[in-house]
Amino acid sequence: MAEPRSPLGKAFVAGDHGNHAAGIGVTLRERKNLSIIQITAWADSIPAVLTAIGSATGLVLQNKPGLGRVAGEKSVFGFAPGRYFVVSATPDLETRLRSAISAELGTMVDLTHGRTVIRIGGPRSEWVISKLFAIDFSEHAFPVAYGRATLHHDIHTNIQRIDDETFDLYVFRTFARSFWLTLGHAAEEVGYRVE
Amino acid sequence: MIIRCPYCGPRDVIEFTYQGDATRRRPDPASSDQDAWNSYIYDRTNPGGSHREFWLHGGGCRQHLVITRDMTTHAISSVAFARSIVAGESS
Ligand SMILES: [Zn+2]
Repeated sequence: MAEPRSPLGKAFVAGDHGNHAAGIGVTLRERKNLSIIQITAWADSIPAVLTAIGSATGLVLQNKPGLGRVAGEKSVFGFAPGRYFVVSATPDLETRLRSAISAELGTMVDLTHGRTVIRIGGPRSEWVISKLFAIDFSEHAFPVAYGRATLHHDIHTNIQRIDDETFDLYVFRTFARSFWLTLGHAAEEVGYRVE
Repeated sequence: MIIRCPYCGPRDVIEFTYQGDATRRRPDPASSDQDAWNSYIYDRTNPGGSHREFWLHGGGCRQHLVITRDMTTHAISSVAFARSIVAGESS
């Protein structure tokens, strides 16, 4: 199978950058070879869709705003009423979800080729992404595994918190290189590593 | 101005779009009462105090909201999903 090309291109430069003499504030990397599926439940079938997502992925969710779960490369999170991102490195994710979610329960859109996932981790990650997004990244307001839909410079982004200092940023693939450069500028003052 | 979305929580107003007066009532579609239609489309009371209005959280959960806002102070006293109000779940 052909190796998918990263939209980051030459903007992806592995190594240490910015003010790293005093330490590495954040680490940036691109998560590759994922399947990214958006699922929307009809208003009266949200519990049934959550059960179906659970049976297809092993990640069971309750119906609560923004709630999500992470298990290794697999993750799921809500970002609007009845709307979920389901993400996995498993190539048959879409097939599994399609057999679990009928048209009576909801709809599915495969966003795999439309989004790039950038993972930012490290002690200064909250500080750096707070420069781009006007939401509260502190852990009491944005707990581990929860998801968000928000904007940077009027452009839509989905965010999931992976652990206390790590976030996955889902940005439009055609905008990913520009976003990556912006993120690098935002991280310069704390020193950042690209890997 | 911060709007407390029922799904997303407190968000800056930049994520929202104003969608107009939520107190209007559309005349019966079969009606040919010109004054009623004219009033529905053009007349706004523009009160100095509390006002019910539609907003769209386009920069977040993309839900339509009904917000009660004080037009003088911008203080927001209630926010709810428009669809739950239409369904009669809250007012
Ligand atoms: Zn919202």
